[in-house]
Amino acid sequence: MEETRRSFLRKAACGGVGLSCGFPLLGAACSASKHNGDGEGSSSTQWAMVVDIRKCLQEDVHRACIEACHREHNVPEIPDLEEEVKWVWAEEYEHVFPDQTHAHTQENLKEAPVLVLCNHCTRPSCVRVCPTGATWKREGDGVVMMDMHRCIGCRYCMAACPYGARSFNWRDPREYVKKDEHGELPSDYPTRTIGVVEKCTFCAERLRDGRQPACVEAVAKVPGGAGALTFGDVTDRNSEVSRVLRENHTICRRVSLGTGPKVFYIV
Amino acid sequence: MSDKGTIIAGLVIFLALVTFPIWYALGGEGDSSPPDLEMPTDATQCVEDKDYMTANHMDLLNQWRDAVVREGRREYTSSSGEKHTMSLTGTCLNCHSNRDAFCTQCHDYANVEPGCWDCHVEPKGN
Repeated sequence: MEETRRSFLRKAACGGVGLSCGFPLLGAACSASKHNGDGEGSSSTQWAMVVDIRKCLQEDVHRACIEACHREHNVPEIPDLEEEVKWVWAEEYEHVFPDQTHAHTQENLKEAPVLVLCNHCTRPSCVRVCPTGATWKREGDGVVMMDMHRCIGCRYCMAACPYGARSFNWRDPREYVKKDEHGELPSDYPTRTIGVVEKCTFCAERLRDGRQPACVEAVAKVPGGAGALTFGDVTDRNSEVSRVLRENHTICRRVSLGTGPKVFYIV
Repeated sequence: MSDKGTIIAGLVIFLALVTFPIWYALGGEGDSSPPDLEMPTDATQCVEDKDYMTANHMDLLNQWRDAVVREGRREYTSSSGEKHTMSLTGTCLNCHSNRDAFCTQCHDYANVEPGCWDCHVEPKGN
């Protein structure tokens, strides 16, 4: 059939409309497939921790964990609660899991101390808000890292974190770090400085050398503390942490927010 | 009547004031001799050659910082092909064990105040 000017223009217009509708859809489909699921598929390793609340009830177990971490990272002990700096600490069950506590929760469980720390979320809200890239999620192992060199102390991340896992240095922390018997800092780990935000890094410096985090190592040494904290790679089905997760009923903090916490609790 | 005397006197005072920094420096108030650095005794070669380090150690340290903190790389290959661990307190201070006799000497002389030691801790035994 002979192509008339009119039919050619009609086909061209239809093609144009089709293309302009198709491209955005195609783009959306591509980005959706990129951000598919939990995002765990993109990283080779995803470190995670399981906290067995029953085993952490013992005072010496959770204290050993906190002390080991704070000693290892030169975390200051600031008496003023409004300015305190914490990497890992114990909080009452009903405050850690407000959405799990109800009128008939066991009385002794409500006030039970639960170890809390940075959840190293799959979709960390702190990372989304950081204006300088001072905090980011490492692609290789899923650790939500801090770069103290880049932190400008705006505290957006603190406002964004739903777990209160971040602390701000309102003052020079060095003088508040508990010194060892020689009057020196207990560790070679860099202290932080006034005006930066800090938090647990899953002991990134130890993971680098293939060691377990300081808290996990410390609780295992306390009598009755074995298995209180389990740490490992959840993408590896044969890892200890995967086994513990498979065999126990575990809960996470504020799952409904969609941050994808990587610290799990056995109640 | 002429203001010649007043003008000349004024000019002399003006010139003296304007050139004061030059006289002051020549007067030897500030010691302008280069700092005396304590060099390591058990090593002869830094990670790069001395001239490069003198001029660019700050850039090199920034590269090391970004490599270690951001990219998780620890090994540095120098221009001569030697491998070093990128660490301020581990590698640098391993040879320059007394930072007051090395880093601080030059930084005081150049009147710069890097913030390294606000956070980084000198390894024990130094």
